[in-house]
Amino acid sequence: MTETILPTPSHTVGPFYGYALPFPEGEQIAPKGHPDTIVLHGYVLDGHGDPVPDALLEFWQAAPDRSLAGAPGSLRRNPVTGGFLGRNGTDFTGFGRVATDADGHYALHTLQPGTAGVPYISVCVFARGLLHHLFTRAYLADGTDPLLDSVERERRATLIARPGENRAYRFDIRLQGEGETVFLEFP
Amino acid sequence: MTHTQSDIDTAIDELQNAYDEALAAGAPARHHPRRDYAPYRSSLLRHPKQPLVPVHGGDPETVELSGPVFGPTDITETDNDLTVQHQGEPLGERITVSGRLLDRAGHPVRGQLIELWQANASGRYAHLRDQHPAPLDPNFTGVGRTLTDGEGRYTFTTIKPGAYPWRNHTNAWRPAHIHFSVFGTAFTQRLVTQMYFPNDPLFPYDPILRSVTDRAARERLVAAYRHDLSRPEFSLGYEWDIVLDGPSATWIEEGH
Repeated sequence: MTETILPTPSHTVGPFYGYALPFPEGEQIAPKGHPDTIVLHGYVLDGHGDPVPDALLEFWQAAPDRSLAGAPGSLRRNPVTGGFLGRNGTDFTGFGRVATDADGHYALHTLQPGTAGVPYISVCVFARGLLHHLFTRAYLADGTDPLLDSVERERRATLIARPGENRAYRFDIRLQGEGETVFLEFP
Repeated sequence: MTHTQSDIDTAIDELQNAYDEALAAGAPARHHPRRDYAPYRSSLLRHPKQPLVPVHGGDPETVELSGPVFGPTDITETDNDLTVQHQGEPLGERITVSGRLLDRAGHPVRGQLIELWQANASGRYAHLRDQHPAPLDPNFTGVGRTLTDGEGRYTFTTIKPGAYPWRNHTNAWRPAHIHFSVFGTAFTQRLVTQMYFPNDPLFPYDPILRSVTDRAARERLVAAYRHDLSRPEFSLGYEWDIVLDGPSATWIEEGH
């Protein structure tokens, strides 16, 4: 495949996406009540260490059976009212979308991705002030992994979510400054 | 410190000149905005200072080479017509916006989700944080969704949004624009951007548009008026193709 046409430039998501992009149950990738549900959560912080209350995070991951095929139905709409029905409780779409709270916090409810290697959830960060989104990964464990092993030792920990109580994993995203999260490119 | 338009213009020009000189000296064209673009003041504390870390292909389990999928359950039949979502007709100039979603090889991207949001004809968003003194329109929210068809085409019916003031600096105004959110076949192709209208006199003053320092790339953000997309007695037509960047699984399979 050759590159024949040039890409459309990115722009910031701006401050006003809040009535357009977030949707009910965007944070619920796991089927409701699933006993293996884990929570990935944390804060998005700016270069002063202040919380970012208007970030939008998207998550994409493998299903527990390692499938990367995904499934429709993340937004499942109500054709009668134009509203949202919520996810159907059986399909694993692999996609989540969560806006940070007023305190810069987010929480994603999902299932462990299946993989032969170290499991991770891909994260895409949008925010007012961010002219081009940023990719990172939330690894749910440490271990031998091509990306983790390519990162300098002192920054590696920024890619690894810290397990806590009640199957919760803490994963903060620091956009700038001390402890700046490792962000990725796909050349 | 409050910045004037003149302060911002100076900063924009410096960065434009630096880019133009680098390009003339043989540097590659830069298709996307740099994240550390000081004239857009909100960017100051919200861009990483460390270089991005490359993820190289070759690992078939690289999650980002696949991406979320959407289907008919994720939209409703009227989602792509922003003028029929309320009891009455919205105020403003009715427009049809249509184009194709393509990858870098020019292949159509079919069945993918396109979302858009925008201000109303007066330049006001249906958002609590937008409190500038322009009227809300009870018949216009400004949110639409659609799936691309078999040719990768999308079509929206909406209202031409108004320009609006913002607080980047004194007397800052955004040119009229529509926000777009687009998915490709791979998460790496994810794109959020803004579409502009031709010949807007606010273009040179806007630090968000000017953050794209490549002139040809900026032009790709501007829709074209297309008379054959205009519908008699109904709407004016604009065409805007969207080209997704980033590798996908098919890209890797074909040997890149």
